[in-house]
Amino acid sequence: MAQTKRDLLVDPLVDNNPITLQVLGICSALAVTSSLQVAFVMALAVTAVTGFSSMFISVLRNQIPGSIRIIVQMVIIASLVIIVDQVLKAYAYDVSKTLSVFVGLIITNCIVMGRAEAFAMKNPPIDSFIDGVGNGLGYGALLLVVGFIRELFGAGSLFGITILPTVNNGGWYVPNGMLLLPPSAFFIIGLLIWAVRAWKPEQVEEREYKIQVVEGH
Amino acid sequence: MSDASNQNKGPIARFLSAPPDSVGKTVFIAVSLCLVASMIVSAVSVALRPLQEQNKLKDKQANVLQVAGLFEPGMDVLEGFSVFEPQVVELETGTFTDAFDAATFDDRAAAADPELSVRLSDDPAGIGRQTKFATVYLLRNDDGSLDKVILPIHGYGLWSTLYGFIALEENGNDIFGLQFYDHGETPGLGAEVDNPRWKTLWGGKKLADEDGSLQITVAKSVPPAGADYHVDALAGATLTSVGVDNLVRFWMGEAGFGPFLENLKAGEI
Repeated sequence: MAQTKRDLLVDPLVDNNPITLQVLGICSALAVTSSLQVAFVMALAVTAVTGFSSMFISVLRNQIPGSIRIIVQMVIIASLVIIVDQVLKAYAYDVSKTLSVFVGLIITNCIVMGRAEAFAMKNPPIDSFIDGVGNGLGYGALLLVVGFIRELFGAGSLFGITILPTVNNGGWYVPNGMLLLPPSAFFIIGLLIWAVRAWKPEQVEEREYKIQVVEGH
Repeated sequence: MSDASNQNKGPIARFLSAPPDSVGKTVFIAVSLCLVASMIVSAVSVALRPLQEQNKLKDKQANVLQVAGLFEPGMDVLEGFSVFEPQVVELETGTFTDAFDAATFDDRAAAADPELSVRLSDDPAGIGRQTKFATVYLLRNDDGSLDKVILPIHGYGLWSTLYGFIALEENGNDIFGLQFYDHGETPGLGAEVDNPRWKTLWGGKKLADEDGSLQITVAKSVPPAGADYHVDALAGATLTSVGVDNLVRFWMGEAGFGPFLENLKAGEI
């Protein structure tokens, strides 16, 4: 492996970001980014799950039978997600109420399965753990950026603290209500992908076809 | 792996070096992984249960405060909650009972206890068994006269049982507020029962008309009884709205808190 441990951690943040480059995990990114606090907890939860699931799967990688390997990965991931859900219910009850089903849906987050199947099955535990944490953080970083934009312009606050006093509360800022609805995250993520690819053109995929000029008869 | 090298190893090493795809190993890995995973999950769940229960209780108390309009963000819930006077009501007679300690009486546990509950034959709220006793919370003015009563209500919506509170003024007929604290309805549709704007619709509505018949309803259009008895249904959540309608009418009716409200109106509380 030419990648150093630092690369494993830092690469997924921008250069190989699971959302902007691989376009994975979009579904939950739409749902949990309406406020920064929720996005932050979700980012931590996903990072913990991808890190530890990659590590455990990697420990077992030489013993996992190929015929049931996806099921084995799912059992490990699902157990971790339940643990995270239980911990949130015990220590962050309000946030866990807001996140409701989305914590459980981390199980179906493609990033977790993707890292397990693509990296952890072939690499040693520590590398896999770092890779999982890196990808979780890459996902989390994007959640925070989207959450920042949505909460600031949709509700005029950050982490629940008023930054732009809204008209409803006697201020001057007319909040953009659409930003609090899930579709707005689509636009923001789309614009972010555009911005990242304009900054780093090597991320642009090659065209799958080319319009060819054929000489006419 | 040749046979010769296998003979030099213990049973564990031999097992580990066996090809992962053999039937025995597949079954062993599947079974042992499930066992280990389930043990870890149940251990975590058991260890964290007391904290979770405490959070739920605190959340419930915060909801009682909210429905009574006394909640402020960042307040000490336990301290704020002490202004309420909890009382256990015997639903059939509508009177307070001293048979239980109101501070610790658990309505939900009582509803599951055959001694303390009855199976309902006429069950519009979809709750199966109804408790014979329920905890209500009284809020008194400084001079000791009654200000508000907060009554627990629950019933089935679309996916889940909704648990909530309804706050009534001292006349036992005017609604001050309604709020659910536990449900599993569809986010964005049925879960809009938590929407503050929808909840404010309940304030100022009346339960029964002047003849004393129960008129309150959650419906799409205003009923003949008039807008005072009508709360607009939730858009896109017909079954949740029907559920809320049923459960409010059930608990405010004869089988629910009806006798208690009669006593309240008669000034006997």
